[in-house]
Amino acid sequence: MKEKFALKDFVKKHSSIAILLAIVIVAVLPLIFKTSQTRILCRILMYVTLAGSLNLINGYSGQTCLGQAGFFAVGAYTTAILITRFHISFWPLLLLSGIMAALIGVLIALPILRMKGIYLSMVTLGASEIIRTIALNWQSVTGGAFGIKNITRPQIFGLTIDTPQKFAWLFLIVACIFLFVSKRVLSSRIGRAWMAIREGELAAASLGVEVAKYKILNFAYGAFWAGIAGSIYAPYLRYIDSSAFTLDEGFNILSMIVIGGQGTLAGPIVGAVVVNLLTEALRAISNWRYVVYAGLLIFMMWKRPRGLVGENSQVTMVTGEKSIKKNRRKGAVK
Amino acid sequence: MLLSIRDLSVNYGRISALRGVNIDINKGEIVTIIGSNGAGKSTTLMSVSGLVQKADGIVTFKEKDITNMPADKIAKLGIAHVPEGRRVFPSFTVYENLLAGARGNPSLKKTDIDRLIEEQFVLFPRLKERIKQAAGSLSGGEQQMLAIARGLMMDPELIMLDEPSLGLAPIIIEEIFKLILRIKEQGKTVLLIEQNASLALSIADRGYVLEVGEVTLTGTGKELLGNEDVKKAYLGA
Repeated sequence: MKEKFALKDFVKKHSSIAILLAIVIVAVLPLIFKTSQTRILCRILMYVTLAGSLNLINGYSGQTCLGQAGFFAVGAYTTAILITRFHISFWPLLLLSGIMAALIGVLIALPILRMKGIYLSMVTLGASEIIRTIALNWQSVTGGAFGIKNITRPQIFGLTIDTPQKFAWLFLIVACIFLFVSKRVLSSRIGRAWMAIREGELAAASLGVEVAKYKILNFAYGAFWAGIAGSIYAPYLRYIDSSAFTLDEGFNILSMIVIGGQGTLAGPIVGAVVVNLLTEALRAISNWRYVVYAGLLIFMMWKRPRGLVGENSQVTMVTGEKSIKKNRRKGAVK
Repeated sequence: MLLSIRDLSVNYGRISALRGVNIDINKGEIVTIIGSNGAGKSTTLMSVSGLVQKADGIVTFKEKDITNMPADKIAKLGIAHVPEGRRVFPSFTVYENLLAGARGNPSLKKTDIDRLIEEQFVLFPRLKERIKQAAGSLSGGEQQMLAIARGLMMDPELIMLDEPSLGLAPIIIEEIFKLILRIKEQGKTVLLIEQNASLALSIADRGYVLEVGEVTLTGTGKELLGNEDVKKAYLGA
Protein backbone atom coordinates (compact mmCIF):
# COMPACT_ATOMS: atom_id res chain seq x y z
CA MET A 1 0.00 0.00 0.00
CA LYS A 2 2.73 2.41 0.96
CA GLU A 3 4.47 2.06 -2.35
CA LYS A 4 1.25 2.80 -4.18
CA PHE A 5 0.80 6.00 -2.26
CA ALA A 6 4.32 7.16 -2.96
CA LEU A 7 3.70 6.58 -6.66
CA LYS A 8 0.47 8.50 -6.58
CA ASP A 9 2.11 11.42 -4.82
CA PHE A 10 4.85 11.36 -7.37
CA VAL A 11 2.39 11.51 -10.26
CA LYS A 12 0.47 14.28 -8.60
CA LYS A 13 3.62 16.27 -7.98
CA HIS A 14 4.58 15.86 -11.58
CA SER A 15 1.25 16.99 -12.95
CA SER A 16 1.28 20.16 -10.87
CA ILE A 17 4.79 20.91 -12.11
CA ALA A 18 3.54 20.35 -15.66
CA ILE A 19 0.62 22.71 -15.10
CA LEU A 20 2.90 25.33 -13.59
CA LEU A 21 5.27 24.99 -16.52
CA ALA A 22 2.40 25.43 -18.99
CA ILE A 23 1.25 28.59 -17.18
CA VAL A 24 4.78 30.03 -17.25
CA ILE A 25 5.16 29.29 -20.96
CA VAL A 26 1.81 30.94 -21.76
CA ALA A 27 2.79 33.90 -19.56
CA VAL A 28 6.02 34.34 -21.52
CA LEU A 29 4.32 34.13 -24.92
CA PRO A 30 3.08 37.76 -24.99
CA LEU A 31 6.71 38.90 -24.64
CA ILE A 32 7.73 37.03 -27.78
CA PHE A 33 4.59 37.39 -29.89
CA LYS A 34 3.78 40.14 -32.33
CA THR A 35 0.76 42.25 -31.32
CA SER A 36 -1.51 40.45 -33.77
CA GLN A 37 -0.50 37.11 -32.34
CA THR A 38 -0.99 38.36 -28.80
CA ARG A 39 -4.54 39.36 -29.72
CA ILE A 40 -5.24 35.79 -30.76
CA LEU A 41 -3.78 34.61 -27.46
CA CYS A 42 -6.11 37.01 -25.63
CA ARG A 43 -9.11 35.54 -27.43
CA ILE A 44 -8.03 32.00 -26.63
CA LEU A 45 -7.50 32.80 -22.95
CA MET A 46 -10.81 34.59 -22.72
CA TYR A 47 -12.59 31.60 -24.24
CA VAL A 48 -10.90 29.27 -21.77
CA THR A 49 -13.02 30.96 -19.11
CA LEU A 50 -16.08 31.55 -21.30
CA ALA A 51 -16.27 28.08 -22.85
CA GLY A 52 -15.28 26.62 -19.50
CA SER A 53 -18.22 28.37 -17.85
CA LEU A 54 -20.63 26.80 -20.34
CA ASN A 55 -18.96 23.43 -19.82
CA LEU A 56 -19.80 23.64 -16.13
CA ILE A 57 -23.46 23.75 -17.04
CA ASN A 58 -23.60 21.47 -20.06
CA GLY A 59 -20.81 19.11 -19.16
CA TYR A 60 -21.28 18.69 -15.44
CA SER A 61 -24.97 18.97 -14.64
CA GLY A 62 -26.09 17.79 -18.07
CA GLN A 63 -28.42 20.72 -18.78
CA THR A 64 -28.19 21.90 -22.37
CA CYS A 65 -27.74 25.65 -22.12
CA LEU A 66 -27.43 27.45 -25.46
CA GLY A 67 -27.56 30.96 -24.09
CA GLN A 68 -24.08 31.55 -22.77
CA ALA A 69 -23.67 34.58 -25.05
CA GLY A 70 -26.45 36.21 -23.02
CA PHE A 71 -24.60 35.87 -19.72
CA PHE A 72 -21.45 37.06 -21.46
CA ALA A 73 -23.38 40.14 -22.64
CA VAL A 74 -24.75 40.87 -19.16
CA GLY A 75 -21.19 40.91 -17.79
CA ALA A 76 -19.84 43.07 -20.60
CA TYR A 77 -22.68 45.61 -20.42
CA THR A 78 -22.63 45.83 -16.62
CA THR A 79 -18.97 46.81 -16.68
CA ALA A 80 -19.25 49.03 -19.76
CA ILE A 81 -22.24 51.01 -18.48
CA LEU A 82 -21.03 51.53 -14.93
CA ILE A 83 -17.46 52.32 -15.89
CA THR A 84 -18.34 54.92 -18.55
CA ARG A 85 -21.16 56.62 -16.61
CA PHE A 86 -20.06 56.47 -13.01
CA HIS A 87 -16.30 56.00 -13.43
CA ILE A 88 -16.25 53.21 -10.88
CA SER A 89 -12.99 51.32 -10.60
CA PHE A 90 -12.80 48.21 -12.77
CA TRP A 91 -12.02 45.65 -10.08
CA PRO A 92 -15.23 45.82 -8.03
CA LEU A 93 -17.10 45.91 -11.34
CA LEU A 94 -15.42 42.68 -12.37
CA LEU A 95 -17.02 40.97 -9.41
CA LEU A 96 -20.31 42.81 -9.79
CA SER A 97 -20.57 41.80 -13.46
CA GLY A 98 -20.16 38.18 -12.46
CA ILE A 99 -22.84 38.56 -9.79
CA MET A 100 -25.22 40.28 -12.21
CA ALA A 101 -24.80 37.48 -14.74
CA ALA A 102 -25.32 34.93 -11.96
CA LEU A 103 -28.58 36.65 -10.94
CA ILE A 104 -29.80 36.53 -14.53
CA GLY A 105 -28.74 32.89 -14.55
CA VAL A 106 -30.92 32.21 -11.50
CA LEU A 107 -33.80 34.08 -13.12
CA ILE A 108 -33.56 31.90 -16.21
CA ALA A 109 -33.08 28.75 -14.16
CA LEU A 110 -36.30 29.24 -12.18
CA PRO A 111 -38.79 28.57 -15.00
CA ILE A 112 -36.68 25.86 -16.60
CA LEU A 113 -36.60 23.69 -13.49
CA ARG A 114 -39.63 21.91 -14.88
CA MET A 115 -38.15 21.47 -18.32
CA LYS A 116 -35.69 19.10 -19.83
CA GLY A 117 -33.75 18.53 -23.02
CA ILE A 118 -34.85 20.46 -26.06
CA TYR A 119 -37.35 22.68 -24.20
CA LEU A 120 -34.75 23.83 -21.74
CA SER A 121 -32.36 24.56 -24.61
CA MET A 122 -34.99 26.64 -26.36
CA VAL A 123 -35.66 28.75 -23.27
CA THR A 124 -31.96 29.47 -22.77
CA LEU A 125 -31.66 30.29 -26.47
CA GLY A 126 -34.61 32.65 -26.23
CA ALA A 127 -33.30 34.28 -23.07
CA SER A 128 -29.99 34.97 -24.77
CA GLU A 129 -31.80 36.65 -27.69
CA ILE A 130 -33.97 38.68 -25.30
CA ILE A 131 -30.86 40.01 -23.57
CA ARG A 132 -29.34 40.94 -26.93
CA THR A 133 -32.56 42.61 -28.09
CA ILE A 134 -32.78 44.63 -24.89
CA ALA A 135 -29.17 45.72 -25.41
CA LEU A 136 -30.00 46.72 -28.97
CA ASN A 137 -33.14 48.71 -28.14
CA TRP A 138 -32.65 50.26 -24.72
CA GLN A 139 -30.78 53.14 -26.25
CA SER A 140 -30.64 55.42 -23.22
CA VAL A 141 -28.75 52.83 -21.20
CA THR A 142 -26.92 50.54 -23.61
CA GLY A 143 -26.35 52.99 -26.45
CA GLY A 144 -28.54 50.84 -28.70
CA ALA A 145 -27.09 50.09 -32.11
CA PHE A 146 -24.26 52.57 -31.51
CA GLY A 147 -23.00 50.54 -28.59
CA ILE A 148 -20.78 51.91 -25.86
CA LYS A 149 -17.54 53.62 -26.85
CA ASN A 150 -14.38 54.61 -25.00
CA ILE A 151 -14.66 52.13 -22.21
CA THR A 152 -12.07 53.00 -19.59
CA ARG A 153 -9.14 50.65 -19.31
CA PRO A 154 -8.54 49.01 -15.95
CA GLN A 155 -5.77 50.27 -13.69
CA ILE A 156 -3.78 48.47 -11.07
CA PHE A 157 -1.13 50.04 -8.79
CA GLY A 158 -1.06 53.08 -11.06
CA LEU A 159 -0.43 50.86 -14.07
CA THR A 160 -3.01 50.97 -16.85
CA ILE A 161 -3.81 47.69 -18.54
CA ASP A 162 -3.91 49.00 -22.07
CA THR A 163 -1.94 46.73 -24.41
CA PRO A 164 -2.98 43.30 -25.67
CA GLN A 165 0.12 42.05 -23.87
CA LYS A 166 -1.15 43.17 -20.48
CA PHE A 167 -4.64 41.96 -21.25
CA ALA A 168 -3.24 38.54 -22.14
CA TRP A 169 -1.82 38.34 -18.63
CA LEU A 170 -5.10 39.47 -17.11
CA PHE A 171 -7.03 36.87 -19.12
CA LEU A 172 -4.47 34.25 -18.11
CA ILE A 173 -4.75 35.05 -14.41
CA VAL A 174 -8.54 34.98 -14.54
CA ALA A 175 -8.53 31.69 -16.49
CA CYS A 176 -6.20 30.15 -13.89
CA ILE A 177 -8.40 31.32 -11.01
CA PHE A 178 -11.44 30.01 -12.86
CA LEU A 179 -9.89 26.57 -13.40
CA PHE A 180 -8.55 26.33 -9.87
CA VAL A 181 -11.82 27.34 -8.20
CA SER A 182 -13.89 25.16 -10.51
CA LYS A 183 -11.73 22.17 -9.83
CA ARG A 184 -12.30 22.62 -6.12
CA VAL A 185 -16.03 23.12 -6.58
CA LEU A 186 -16.34 20.06 -8.80
CA SER A 187 -14.65 17.77 -6.34
CA SER A 188 -16.81 19.08 -3.51
CA ARG A 189 -20.31 18.02 -2.47
CA ILE A 190 -21.74 20.57 -4.88
CA GLY A 191 -19.85 19.21 -7.87
CA ARG A 192 -20.83 15.66 -7.04
CA ALA A 193 -24.47 16.71 -6.84
CA TRP A 194 -24.24 18.31 -10.31
CA MET A 195 -22.74 15.16 -11.77
CA ALA A 196 -25.33 12.98 -10.06
CA ILE A 197 -28.05 15.08 -11.69
CA ARG A 198 -26.31 14.67 -15.04
CA GLU A 199 -26.15 10.91 -14.61
CA GLY A 200 -29.76 10.48 -13.59
CA GLU A 201 -32.05 13.10 -12.20
CA LEU A 202 -34.64 10.78 -10.70
CA ALA A 203 -32.06 8.59 -9.02
CA ALA A 204 -30.29 11.68 -7.70
CA ALA A 205 -33.53 13.04 -6.24
CA SER A 206 -34.34 9.75 -4.55
CA LEU A 207 -30.88 9.78 -2.97
CA GLY A 208 -31.53 13.10 -1.32
CA VAL A 209 -29.97 15.49 -3.83
CA GLU A 210 -31.94 18.76 -3.83
CA VAL A 211 -32.21 18.78 -7.61
CA ALA A 212 -33.83 22.20 -7.96
CA LYS A 213 -31.39 23.92 -5.65
CA TYR A 214 -28.34 22.44 -7.33
CA LYS A 215 -29.61 23.18 -10.82
CA ILE A 216 -30.10 26.83 -9.90
CA LEU A 217 -26.69 26.92 -8.27
CA ASN A 218 -25.20 25.36 -11.38
CA PHE A 219 -26.69 27.99 -13.69
CA ALA A 220 -25.61 30.76 -11.35
CA TYR A 221 -22.06 29.45 -11.19
CA GLY A 222 -21.75 28.99 -14.96
CA ALA A 223 -23.29 32.40 -15.63
CA PHE A 224 -21.02 34.04 -13.05
CA TRP A 225 -17.86 33.13 -14.95
CA ALA A 226 -19.37 34.08 -18.31
CA GLY A 227 -20.09 37.47 -16.73
CA ILE A 228 -16.50 37.75 -15.54
CA ALA A 229 -15.26 37.01 -19.07
CA GLY A 230 -17.61 39.67 -20.44
CA SER A 231 -16.45 42.17 -17.86
CA ILE A 232 -12.86 41.98 -19.14
CA TYR A 233 -13.93 41.77 -22.76
CA ALA A 234 -15.55 45.24 -22.61
CA PRO A 235 -12.48 47.29 -21.62
CA TYR A 236 -10.27 45.05 -23.75
CA LEU A 237 -12.05 46.06 -26.96
CA ARG A 238 -12.97 49.50 -25.49
CA TYR A 239 -16.17 49.25 -27.54
CA ILE A 240 -19.11 46.88 -27.33
CA ASP A 241 -22.40 46.64 -29.16
CA SER A 242 -25.12 44.02 -29.28
CA SER A 243 -23.77 42.38 -32.45
CA ALA A 244 -21.01 40.76 -30.42
CA PHE A 245 -23.54 38.71 -28.47
CA THR A 246 -25.66 37.03 -31.13
CA LEU A 247 -26.67 33.40 -31.16
CA ASP A 248 -23.70 32.81 -33.48
CA GLU A 249 -21.50 33.69 -30.54
CA GLY A 250 -23.44 31.28 -28.36
CA PHE A 251 -22.87 28.47 -30.83
CA ASN A 252 -19.24 29.46 -31.22
CA ILE A 253 -18.80 28.87 -27.48
CA LEU A 254 -20.78 25.66 -27.69
CA SER A 255 -18.64 24.33 -30.55
CA MET A 256 -15.54 24.80 -28.41
CA ILE A 257 -16.80 22.56 -25.66
CA VAL A 258 -18.16 19.98 -28.08
CA ILE A 259 -14.87 19.82 -29.96
CA GLY A 260 -12.76 19.96 -26.82
CA GLY A 261 -14.82 17.59 -24.75
CA GLN A 262 -17.69 18.24 -22.34
CA GLY A 263 -17.44 17.21 -18.74
CA THR A 264 -13.68 17.59 -18.50
CA LEU A 265 -11.88 20.71 -17.34
CA ALA A 266 -9.22 20.36 -20.03
CA GLY A 267 -11.79 20.00 -22.83
CA PRO A 268 -12.76 23.67 -23.19
CA ILE A 269 -9.08 24.68 -23.07
CA VAL A 270 -8.31 22.43 -26.03
CA GLY A 271 -11.54 23.52 -27.72
CA ALA A 272 -10.70 27.23 -27.28
CA VAL A 273 -7.24 26.72 -28.78
CA VAL A 274 -8.42 24.61 -31.71
CA VAL A 275 -11.44 26.72 -32.68
CA ASN A 276 -9.67 30.07 -32.35
CA LEU A 277 -6.60 28.94 -34.28
CA LEU A 278 -8.88 27.50 -36.92
CA THR A 279 -10.69 30.83 -37.15
CA GLU A 280 -7.38 32.51 -37.85
CA ALA A 281 -6.15 29.86 -40.27
CA LEU A 282 -9.38 29.99 -42.25
CA ARG A 283 -9.69 33.77 -42.45
CA ALA A 284 -8.60 33.57 -46.09
CA ILE A 285 -11.74 31.70 -47.10
CA SER A 286 -13.97 34.13 -45.14
CA ASN A 287 -17.50 32.87 -44.64
CA TRP A 288 -16.73 29.44 -46.01
CA ARG A 289 -15.04 28.71 -42.73
CA TYR A 290 -18.45 28.13 -41.17
CA VAL A 291 -18.81 25.17 -43.49
CA VAL A 292 -15.55 23.82 -42.11
CA TYR A 293 -16.82 24.29 -38.52
CA ALA A 294 -20.03 22.49 -39.31
CA GLY A 295 -18.12 19.67 -40.96
CA LEU A 296 -15.81 19.43 -37.98
CA LEU A 297 -18.73 19.35 -35.54
CA ILE A 298 -20.41 16.55 -37.46
CA PHE A 299 -17.14 14.67 -37.67
CA MET A 300 -16.58 15.04 -33.92
CA MET A 301 -20.10 13.88 -33.07
CA TRP A 302 -19.58 10.89 -35.29
CA LYS A 303 -16.06 9.83 -34.43
CA ARG A 304 -15.38 11.29 -31.01
CA PRO A 305 -18.62 12.28 -29.29
CA ARG A 306 -16.73 12.90 -26.08
CA GLY A 307 -14.49 15.47 -27.75
CA LEU A 308 -10.76 15.65 -28.20
CA VAL A 309 -10.24 15.25 -24.47
CA GLY A 310 -12.53 12.27 -24.30
CA GLU A 311 -12.58 9.55 -21.72
CA ASN A 312 -10.04 7.46 -23.62
CA SER A 313 -7.47 10.19 -24.11
CA GLN A 314 -4.70 9.77 -21.60
CA VAL A 315 -2.36 12.54 -22.72
CA THR A 316 -4.55 15.57 -22.22
CA MET A 317 -6.30 14.21 -19.18
CA VAL A 318 -4.03 15.96 -16.67
CA THR A 319 -6.54 18.52 -15.48
CA GLY A 320 -9.51 16.49 -16.60
CA GLU A 321 -12.02 14.41 -14.78
CA LYS A 322 -9.62 11.58 -14.22
CA SER A 323 -7.40 13.51 -11.87
CA ILE A 324 -10.44 14.84 -10.06
CA LYS A 325 -11.62 11.31 -9.56
CA LYS A 326 -8.17 10.32 -8.44
CA ASN A 327 -8.13 13.08 -5.86
CA ARG A 328 -11.57 12.24 -4.70
CA ARG A 329 -10.67 8.62 -4.22
CA LYS A 330 -7.55 9.60 -2.41
CA GLY A 331 -9.53 11.92 -0.15
CA ALA A 332 -11.84 9.06 0.65
CA VAL A 333 -9.05 6.67 1.54
CA LYS A 334 -7.60 9.20 3.92
CA MET B 1 -46.40 1.38 12.26
CA LEU B 2 -43.45 2.59 10.21
CA LEU B 3 -45.16 3.70 7.04
CA SER B 4 -48.82 4.25 6.43
CA ILE B 5 -50.45 5.15 3.14
CA ARG B 6 -54.06 6.32 3.47
CA ASP B 7 -56.49 6.81 0.56
CA LEU B 8 -53.70 7.63 -1.85
CA SER B 9 -54.73 8.83 -5.30
CA VAL B 10 -52.41 9.90 -8.07
CA ASN B 11 -53.31 11.25 -11.49
CA TYR B 12 -51.11 11.56 -14.56
CA GLY B 13 -52.90 14.32 -16.41
CA ARG B 14 -56.41 12.96 -16.92
CA ILE B 15 -55.43 9.37 -16.32
CA SER B 16 -55.88 8.19 -12.78
CA ALA B 17 -53.02 5.89 -11.80
CA LEU B 18 -53.96 5.20 -8.18
CA ARG B 19 -57.38 5.35 -6.53
CA GLY B 20 -57.68 5.28 -2.76
CA VAL B 21 -54.79 2.96 -2.00
CA ASN B 22 -54.23 1.93 1.63
CA ILE B 23 -50.99 0.23 2.65
CA ASP B 24 -49.39 -0.23 6.06
CA ILE B 25 -45.87 -1.35 6.79
CA ASN B 26 -44.57 -2.37 10.22
CA LYS B 27 -41.00 -2.17 11.33
CA GLY B 28 -38.81 -5.11 10.32
CA GLU B 29 -41.23 -6.53 7.76
CA ILE B 30 -40.83 -7.37 4.12
CA VAL B 31 -43.96 -6.16 2.41
CA THR B 32 -44.51 -6.77 -1.27
CA ILE B 33 -46.83 -5.14 -3.75
CA ILE B 34 -47.58 -7.35 -6.72
CA GLY B 35 -49.54 -6.62 -9.83
CA SER B 36 -49.28 -6.58 -13.58
CA ASN B 37 -47.91 -3.85 -15.81
CA GLY B 38 -49.59 -0.52 -15.31
CA ALA B 39 -51.26 -1.51 -12.05
CA GLY B 40 -49.63 1.44 -10.30
CA LYS B 41 -46.90 -0.31 -8.34
CA SER B 42 -44.10 2.06 -9.27
CA THR B 43 -46.39 5.04 -8.87
CA THR B 44 -47.06 3.96 -5.30
CA LEU B 45 -43.35 3.94 -4.53
CA MET B 46 -42.72 7.21 -6.28
CA SER B 47 -45.47 8.89 -4.35
CA VAL B 48 -44.01 7.66 -1.07
CA SER B 49 -40.60 9.08 -1.95
CA GLY B 50 -42.07 12.33 -3.25
CA LEU B 51 -41.22 11.90 -6.92
CA VAL B 52 -44.80 12.32 -8.15
CA GLN B 53 -47.56 14.71 -7.13
CA LYS B 54 -50.38 13.22 -5.13
CA ALA B 55 -53.97 14.13 -5.89
CA ASP B 56 -55.31 12.93 -2.57
CA GLY B 57 -54.40 10.95 0.52
CA ILE B 58 -51.96 11.04 3.40
CA VAL B 59 -48.59 9.32 3.73
CA THR B 60 -46.98 9.15 7.15
CA PHE B 61 -43.56 7.81 8.08
CA LYS B 62 -42.85 7.25 11.76
CA GLU B 63 -46.02 9.21 12.59
CA LYS B 64 -44.74 12.15 10.57
CA ASP B 65 -46.75 13.52 7.68
CA ILE B 66 -44.60 13.31 4.55
CA THR B 67 -47.40 13.72 2.01
CA ASN B 68 -46.18 17.01 0.57
CA MET B 69 -42.53 16.84 1.54
CA PRO B 70 -39.92 17.25 -1.23
CA ALA B 71 -38.03 14.11 -2.27
CA ASP B 72 -34.70 15.05 -0.71
CA LYS B 73 -36.28 15.66 2.71
CA ILE B 74 -38.07 12.32 2.58
CA ALA B 75 -34.81 10.56 1.75
CA LYS B 76 -33.21 12.27 4.73
CA LEU B 77 -35.88 10.89 7.06
CA GLY B 78 -34.62 7.40 6.27
CA ILE B 79 -36.46 6.15 3.20
CA ALA B 80 -34.24 4.81 0.44
CA HIS B 81 -35.82 4.32 -2.96
CA VAL B 82 -34.08 1.99 -5.40
CA PRO B 83 -35.75 2.96 -8.66
CA GLU B 84 -36.88 0.63 -11.41
CA GLY B 85 -34.37 -0.17 -14.11
CA ARG B 86 -31.53 0.25 -11.63
CA ARG B 87 -30.54 3.79 -12.64
CA VAL B 88 -27.02 3.64 -11.32
CA PHE B 89 -24.91 6.64 -12.33
CA PRO B 90 -23.23 5.10 -15.40
CA SER B 91 -20.04 7.11 -15.65
CA PHE B 92 -19.42 7.17 -11.90
CA THR B 93 -17.29 4.34 -10.55
CA VAL B 94 -18.79 1.78 -8.19
CA TYR B 95 -17.14 3.60 -5.33
CA GLU B 96 -18.52 6.98 -6.38
CA ASN B 97 -21.99 5.52 -6.74
CA LEU B 98 -21.82 4.25 -3.18
CA LEU B 99 -20.54 7.58 -1.97
CA ALA B 100 -23.44 9.34 -3.70
CA GLY B 101 -25.81 7.08 -1.79
CA ALA B 102 -24.52 8.36 1.53
CA ARG B 103 -25.63 11.87 0.65
CA GLY B 104 -29.21 11.25 1.61
CA ASN B 105 -28.28 11.00 5.27
CA PRO B 106 -26.56 14.13 6.58
CA SER B 107 -25.96 12.64 10.01
CA LEU B 108 -23.40 10.19 8.62
CA LYS B 109 -19.81 10.95 9.48
CA LYS B 110 -16.76 9.97 7.49
CA THR B 111 -16.20 6.89 9.67
CA ASP B 112 -19.86 5.84 9.29
CA ILE B 113 -19.55 6.09 5.53
CA ASP B 114 -16.41 3.96 5.51
CA ARG B 115 -18.12 1.41 7.72
CA LEU B 116 -21.21 1.36 5.50
CA ILE B 117 -19.09 0.83 2.41
CA GLU B 118 -17.39 -2.10 4.10
CA GLU B 119 -20.82 -3.50 5.00
CA GLN B 120 -21.91 -3.31 1.37
CA PHE B 121 -18.79 -5.18 0.32
CA VAL B 122 -19.59 -7.95 2.78
CA LEU B 123 -23.12 -8.14 1.41
CA PHE B 124 -22.07 -7.74 -2.23
CA PRO B 125 -18.52 -9.08 -2.57
CA ARG B 126 -18.70 -8.71 -6.34
CA LEU B 127 -18.88 -4.95 -6.03
CA LYS B 128 -15.59 -4.89 -4.17
CA GLU B 129 -13.87 -6.51 -7.12
CA ARG B 130 -15.26 -3.80 -9.38
CA ILE B 131 -14.73 -0.83 -7.09
CA LYS B 132 -12.93 1.32 -9.65
CA GLN B 133 -15.00 0.28 -12.65
CA ALA B 134 -17.56 2.60 -14.21
CA ALA B 135 -21.02 1.48 -13.12
CA GLY B 136 -22.23 1.50 -16.74
CA SER B 137 -19.78 -1.30 -17.57
CA LEU B 138 -21.20 -3.71 -14.99
CA SER B 139 -23.55 -6.56 -15.86
CA GLY B 140 -27.27 -6.12 -15.24
CA GLY B 141 -27.16 -8.16 -12.04
CA GLU B 142 -24.18 -6.26 -10.72
CA GLN B 143 -25.85 -2.96 -11.51
CA GLN B 144 -28.91 -4.07 -9.57
CA MET B 145 -26.71 -5.02 -6.63
CA LEU B 146 -25.01 -1.65 -6.85
CA ALA B 147 -28.35 0.13 -6.93
CA ILE B 148 -29.46 -1.71 -3.78
CA ALA B 149 -26.11 -1.11 -2.08
CA ARG B 150 -26.34 2.56 -2.99
CA GLY B 151 -29.74 2.70 -1.33
CA LEU B 152 -28.37 1.01 1.79
CA MET B 153 -25.55 3.55 1.97
CA MET B 154 -27.82 6.12 3.55
CA ASP B 155 -28.45 3.62 6.34
CA PRO B 156 -32.22 3.87 5.86
CA GLU B 157 -34.92 2.42 8.04
CA LEU B 158 -37.07 1.59 5.05
CA ILE B 159 -35.70 0.53 1.70
CA MET B 160 -38.07 0.40 -1.25
CA LEU B 161 -37.05 -1.82 -4.14
CA ASP B 162 -38.73 -1.33 -7.50
CA GLU B 163 -38.65 -4.55 -9.53
CA PRO B 164 -35.18 -5.76 -8.60
CA SER B 165 -35.67 -8.86 -10.78
CA LEU B 166 -36.32 -6.86 -13.94
CA GLY B 167 -34.42 -8.23 -16.92
CA LEU B 168 -32.16 -10.53 -14.92
CA ALA B 169 -31.34 -14.21 -15.33
CA PRO B 170 -33.18 -16.57 -12.91
CA ILE B 171 -30.00 -17.52 -11.08
CA ILE B 172 -29.17 -13.86 -10.42
CA ILE B 173 -32.74 -13.15 -9.35
CA GLU B 174 -32.45 -15.88 -6.74
CA GLU B 175 -29.22 -14.38 -5.47
CA ILE B 176 -30.81 -10.96 -5.18
CA PHE B 177 -33.80 -12.30 -3.27
CA LYS B 178 -31.49 -14.04 -0.83
CA LEU B 179 -29.82 -10.71 -0.31
CA ILE B 180 -33.15 -9.05 0.38
CA LEU B 181 -33.70 -11.55 3.19
CA ARG B 182 -30.30 -10.68 4.58
CA ILE B 183 -31.15 -6.99 4.47
CA LYS B 184 -34.22 -7.79 6.57
CA GLU B 185 -32.01 -9.70 9.03
CA GLN B 186 -29.99 -6.51 9.48
CA GLY B 187 -33.12 -4.95 10.94
CA LYS B 188 -34.23 -3.00 7.89
CA THR B 189 -37.78 -2.79 6.65
CA VAL B 190 -38.28 -3.64 3.00
CA LEU B 191 -41.02 -2.58 0.61
CA LEU B 192 -40.66 -4.74 -2.47
CA ILE B 193 -42.41 -4.30 -5.77
CA GLU B 194 -42.45 -7.25 -8.09
CA GLN B 195 -43.96 -8.76 -11.17
CA ASN B 196 -42.32 -12.03 -10.20
CA ALA B 197 -45.16 -12.69 -7.76
CA SER B 198 -44.30 -16.21 -6.57
CA LEU B 199 -40.77 -15.31 -5.58
CA ALA B 200 -41.81 -12.03 -3.96
CA LEU B 201 -44.60 -13.64 -1.96
CA SER B 202 -42.34 -16.47 -0.83
CA ILE B 203 -40.01 -14.09 0.99
CA ALA B 204 -42.58 -11.48 2.04
CA ASP B 205 -44.29 -11.26 5.43
CA ARG B 206 -47.29 -9.61 3.88
CA GLY B 207 -48.42 -8.69 0.42
CA TYR B 208 -50.81 -6.42 -1.44
CA VAL B 209 -52.27 -7.11 -4.84
CA LEU B 210 -52.69 -4.00 -6.93
CA GLU B 211 -55.00 -3.98 -9.96
CA VAL B 212 -55.47 -0.93 -12.17
CA GLY B 213 -54.83 1.52 -9.38
CA GLU B 214 -56.66 -0.22 -6.56
CA VAL B 215 -55.69 -2.68 -3.84
CA THR B 216 -57.89 -5.72 -4.46
CA LEU B 217 -56.39 -8.22 -2.07
CA THR B 218 -54.14 -8.29 0.95
CA GLY B 219 -52.80 -10.94 3.31
CA THR B 220 -49.68 -12.69 4.48
CA GLY B 221 -47.28 -13.96 1.87
CA LYS B 222 -48.42 -17.54 2.40
CA GLU B 223 -52.12 -16.68 2.20
CA LEU B 224 -51.67 -14.89 -1.07
CA LEU B 225 -49.53 -17.68 -2.49
CA GLY B 226 -52.40 -20.06 -1.76
CA ASN B 227 -55.15 -17.77 -3.02
CA GLU B 228 -56.91 -19.10 -6.12
CA ASP B 229 -57.33 -15.70 -7.79
CA VAL B 230 -53.70 -14.81 -7.26
CA LYS B 231 -52.66 -18.19 -8.60
CA LYS B 232 -54.73 -17.71 -11.70
CA ALA B 233 -53.74 -14.13 -12.38
CA TYR B 234 -50.09 -13.98 -11.37
CA LEU B 235 -48.64 -17.39 -10.73
CA GLY B 236 -49.64 -18.95 -14.03
CA ALA B 237 -51.40 -21.88 -12.37
